[in-house]
Amino acid sequence: MPHTLPETELHNPQSTKPPLDPHLKALENEAIHIFREVAAEFERPVMLYSIGKDSSVLLHLARKAFYPGRIPFPLLHIDTGWKFREMIAFRDEMVARYDLDLVAHTNPRGAAENVTPFTHGSALYTDIMKTEALRQALDAGQYDAAFGGARRDEEASRAKERIYSFRTPDHRWDPRNQRPELWNVYNGMIRKGESVRAFPLSNWTEVDIWRYIQAEEIPIVPLYFAEKRPVVERDGMLILAEDPRLELLPGEVKREEVIRFRTLGCFPLTGAIRSEADTLDDIIAELETATVSERQGRAIDRDQAGSMEKKKREGYF
Amino acid sequence: MTAPAAANAALDQTVVSLPVQETARVVRDTRPLRLITCGSVDDGKSTLIGRLLWDTKAVKEDQAASLQRDSSGKQNDLGLPDFALLLDGLQAEREQGITIDVAYRYFATDKRSFIVADTPGHEQYTRNMATGASTADLAVLLVDARVGLLEQTRRHATIATLMGIRQFVLAVNKIDLTNYDRARFDQISHEFRELALSLGVRQVTAIPVSALKGENVVYDGRASMPWYDGPTLIGVLELATTRSAQTVGFRLPVQRVSRPGESFRGYQGTVAGGSVKPGDSVVILPSGMVANVTKIVTFDLVRNAAVAGDAITLVLDRQVDVSRGDVIASIDSQPMTGLAFDAQLVALQPEGIQPGKRYWLKSGSRRQRVQVQPVSQLELKSGKWNHADELPMNAIGKVHLAFDEQAIFDTYEQNRTTGAFILIDPDTNNTVAGGMITAKRAALGGIHTEESRVILSLPADLADQLMATELFASRREDVEVRRVTAGKAVNIIDAIDG
Repeated sequence: MPHTLPETELHNPQSTKPPLDPHLKALENEAIHIFREVAAEFERPVMLYSIGKDSSVLLHLARKAFYPGRIPFPLLHIDTGWKFREMIAFRDEMVARYDLDLVAHTNPRGAAENVTPFTHGSALYTDIMKTEALRQALDAGQYDAAFGGARRDEEASRAKERIYSFRTPDHRWDPRNQRPELWNVYNGMIRKGESVRAFPLSNWTEVDIWRYIQAEEIPIVPLYFAEKRPVVERDGMLILAEDPRLELLPGEVKREEVIRFRTLGCFPLTGAIRSEADTLDDIIAELETATVSERQGRAIDRDQAGSMEKKKREGYF
Repeated sequence: MTAPAAANAALDQTVVSLPVQETARVVRDTRPLRLITCGSVDDGKSTLIGRLLWDTKAVKEDQAASLQRDSSGKQNDLGLPDFALLLDGLQAEREQGITIDVAYRYFATDKRSFIVADTPGHEQYTRNMATGASTADLAVLLVDARVGLLEQTRRHATIATLMGIRQFVLAVNKIDLTNYDRARFDQISHEFRELALSLGVRQVTAIPVSALKGENVVYDGRASMPWYDGPTLIGVLELATTRSAQTVGFRLPVQRVSRPGESFRGYQGTVAGGSVKPGDSVVILPSGMVANVTKIVTFDLVRNAAVAGDAITLVLDRQVDVSRGDVIASIDSQPMTGLAFDAQLVALQPEGIQPGKRYWLKSGSRRQRVQVQPVSQLELKSGKWNHADELPMNAIGKVHLAFDEQAIFDTYEQNRTTGAFILIDPDTNNTVAGGMITAKRAALGGIHTEESRVILSLPADLADQLMATELFASRREDVEVRRVTAGKAVNIIDAIDG
């Protein structure tokens, strides 16, 4: 006969970690379900790995979803060449520790033409080194599904994003023509050349990500924790000044400040925040009282109204 | 904003709702509540959702600033940003000034977190509402206090009910514009209760609200409406129940088979009903083979039980043939298997649903060919089912499903996962319908032709009993019940028994 069990009986007393609260458990279950469904339905899935906190959670969930097996698809890192040094070190450590298949791709055209955020401006730079590079890598791998860590709460144009987000053969996203998505029944049927972006973290919020990182003891890049670091103030953003390629402009001074990052991207385009939060507890506490959104530190969102939507239509993740 | 005064006043109330406390550590001891909001722009729906986000501090300063930049200073008369802009995320919509799709919003109080499916109120967008309602635990229906219930209110309530929602909140908005008219509120909520009851929904809370002024949304509106002593909207949402398929039979739709090495073979999927523990006997459908559960494997630990909603890997005690699309179920409470089922569905695409066309049907992880025969279409205005041979976009219809291979379902009423499906057009690969199983069709060859009905001649008391059952309600157009005397019934049965 059907029977129900109280929640407490489900916890193995031999485990040292306390069980996840029902909220995080529900989000985790949903994400694992999506991972398994995509892995089963598509021929060549890949997981976009950006090394940030959301990617770290995504990686952890993928390991959980396929346990005791290996993750049955490679990780793809679009390396613009302008990531924080600590991000690349962290990436390589994760690949070694968890025995991951990593594909790292840099746009050869961008590298040859020496496209940099300083010389080409953030919009063109992002278009070439991220969007175009991503399209190249997806085409080269003939991937028919790509996991991403995007969340619907991140940005207005993401709020209507599906969990399976359909893309045309040239990787375009048509917000007017998305497939309806009912229950947790996902439509993975595509023609040759078409693909799907799958977002297991769609229903997670920034606080959920941090609480999950804490509960599951997930390793993240140390830049998320406050520390005294060299910075320079530019266009209202605090830029990390450790890379020799960053040339100081007239009037700019490099100084040491206690800072941390809420999001990680390319260092010249990612602003730090002044913060003393050097533990997960502090970060979560800071977040709960935060009055600005995490994308506030991202230069690319501020180019123009509807900026993210435009990038997405063109194939940006 | 009446916030500070209202917050103090709220302290002595039973349902206290304050926005996120600055110092409180968040502990979520409930699952997120998923809700859908139904109403038109005119009812102030965007303002209501904007207000919920604003008063729970889900809107950050930079977002608000970019709002003010985008809207060239357009503000409401309380100096707050234009909430509709906060919600209309896509440029195409901003240009047209309408909401064209389902958007999901997130906010939280110190007690619970919420996922809102925000769907447009236009008639032609039934599909969006059905999409949003498919995962919702509760529906908030919005009416303008000056206008009262509209035809669309009935329409929204009907769709929500059809999609399995059994908790309604009626937000009687713009109550400030009626001068907080209690009689008006009472009248609207009474009418709505009758409407909900006619749809079989008993859990109804009506709340007088001013979304613009923030009264009875997150903060209470006692200062303006001393006559109302019920909960605020957020108070109701914090206490609402989430749906659970824990009390029905165990179901595990198999997503994939995990074989990392020779020694391990596990079946991965999300428990879609009931619970399971090592030692349980299970049946694998459609093959009908039987096995026992030896282990429930997860990344963290070997668990001693799993319940509906858990993503698990199941290990069985013997070599059985199990593949993706199979369902592992409790042996003493099995789902229905068969080649013919009855269902209700919502047509989602301009092509509609064409009779006799072979579609792909996906339910859980199972995908198979199906032929769809429309039977009738719901007239949302009156609630009547009219005969139909095909279903245009946005139609809600009853259909017969005919499969080539065994299909496995529960009724949607019993299980919102194993009773739900989508139809995929093989020509376009698009999702063309969302459907809900109502019953298995008996394979009585000849009796179930499209025009004829089964005639049951029963003693009057038995006939009345049968007609009062819920199961029968969904089959009413298939069966004609004739009341006869007990003596005559005996004669009929004798004749059949030969």
